[in-house]
Amino acid sequence: MGIDHDLRVRIEDMFQDYAFAIGDDNVEAWPDFFTEDGAYRITTRESVQRGFRMALFSCTGIGQIRDRVTALRKANIFEPHNYNHILSRPRLVRQADGSIGGRTNFVVYRTMHDGPQSRFAVGCYRDVIVEDGGVPKLKERSVVLDSRRVDVLLVYPL
Amino acid sequence: MPDTIVPASPATLSEPLHWPAEGATRVPYRVYHDPEILKLEHERIFRGPVWNYLCLAVEIPDKGDFKTTFVGEIPVIVTRNRDGEVYAMVNRCAHKGALVCLQERGNRQRLSCVYHSWNYDLTGQLRGVAFQDGLRGKGGMPKDFDPAKHRLEPLRVAVYNGIVFGTFSDETPPLEEYLGPMVCEMIRRNFGRPHKIIGYHSQIIYNNWKLYAENVRDSYHATLLHTFYTTFKINRLDMDGGMILADPIPWHSLSYAKRATIQEDEGYKEVHSAQFDENGLEGPELLSTFHEFDDNITHMIQSNFPNLTFQFTLNSFALRHFVPKGVDKMELHWYYLGYEDDTPEQQDMRINQGNLTGAAGLVSLEDGCINEFVQRGSKGSENEAEFLEMGGREIGTSDASRATETAIRGFWQGYRQIMGFAG
Repeated sequence: MGIDHDLRVRIEDMFQDYAFAIGDDNVEAWPDFFTEDGAYRITTRESVQRGFRMALFSCTGIGQIRDRVTALRKANIFEPHNYNHILSRPRLVRQADGSIGGRTNFVVYRTMHDGPQSRFAVGCYRDVIVEDGGVPKLKERSVVLDSRRVDVLLVYPL
Repeated sequence: MPDTIVPASPATLSEPLHWPAEGATRVPYRVYHDPEILKLEHERIFRGPVWNYLCLAVEIPDKGDFKTTFVGEIPVIVTRNRDGEVYAMVNRCAHKGALVCLQERGNRQRLSCVYHSWNYDLTGQLRGVAFQDGLRGKGGMPKDFDPAKHRLEPLRVAVYNGIVFGTFSDETPPLEEYLGPMVCEMIRRNFGRPHKIIGYHSQIIYNNWKLYAENVRDSYHATLLHTFYTTFKINRLDMDGGMILADPIPWHSLSYAKRATIQEDEGYKEVHSAQFDENGLEGPELLSTFHEFDDNITHMIQSNFPNLTFQFTLNSFALRHFVPKGVDKMELHWYYLGYEDDTPEQQDMRINQGNLTGAAGLVSLEDGCINEFVQRGSKGSENEAEFLEMGGREIGTSDASRATETAIRGFWQGYRQIMGFAG
């Protein structure tokens, strides 16, 4: 079973909507891109190479994903800033279990509230996507950062 | 132990530093901004009579393993030699000063500079110089060239419970004496059985390294700025806990708390606190914990002069090494640890709780910017000073309360002494 054009378009749109939700500071919508048992993590290329299971940021299940949003809004203190994601065309492959494996490169620019702008993160999404009533959802999204150095702090999801 | 530190002669700066008469309760902001002071810190601290953190022994388990790191801004190589011993040397070729090791870790028989192929053994001794005798009888080094006189600059090394320390100075007291009994006891508690690295990342933050040294000793801020701590009762001032300072130089410190002993204080209702609803976390497994130590300490942060900290936040065990990169920037390295005999469930809990700290830590990400706020806030006010009188003006162990800045004052007392800023 391959990936037909229509499904590809729906997945690519979902990826863009995901990035717009974060960029538009509508982070409340971010958990909706995941399945109930979805997993999200931000790790580094070095950690993957060295076999470290531990990530910088990891959520297992929609509850932990929502808790990150609540913490961002209600607990954590940081200077206001926003992200702008630029995504590559995703490479999508149908897996034996019917899910879709995806790999997409990204660049995220960060703009601080008072103007300073920088390239904040460069990396790759490694995804497992499933269809939920015709809607593609993320069962897993591993964000693999090319660099192991985070600039200042990481509070918004990537 | 004050007599074990070389009494520093008065600091030589082109413009003398006037430390306020109030002593360690005041810190002139100039110490965060003046490149001349950073230069002097390299001479008096990083190359001086202190034990600097280099790496963990588990990072270089096999003969030929090496790891590169920094002492202050000085690049350093740590190796495990063929004899099984650990050596450390400056990562600067004895010829032209190029970096000898470019990778952060690896395994080598010899260390070889790529510039002109000067070769060193794993102790840093020069073993070969390309074309030492020239070619066809021409060129080459002078006849009196003696390879034994050219080596990678060595550091003395001492390993304590798997933590590798190095020093440049012959005056540095033995490691256990430098650390003192309190620090040694906590190192044995935490590192005294086989441990392993389970995660690692680093963070660039835009502040002087000493602001981070203050931050990790600041038990007063921890439960005010980091509201996740307070809301979920991970670490609060109304738990049994305390701040222990090393004796007699109070520049190392230990802050600890016992979560089971909380007696909720009304004072927390008046501070900014996270407004999670009563149901708390939707994914409560984040805070699943297991009982680990008989002393019932569930939160501890220990800081050793000059730039090493380690911590248990519940079961999340991490080591932080903060490395200066100029006066207003540093790299903070986070090593997450577990034990070889952890069960898979225990390892999962450590991994989950890893979300609490680090660059994206639910209870610590604020530290990525808070020190920068001081760096920026104090710019142009180099002759003004911090005010550090929380918990009084004394410098000593506070076993009753962590609403105190005693450990920060302790850091500055040691700093002034070693820098020759004693006034």
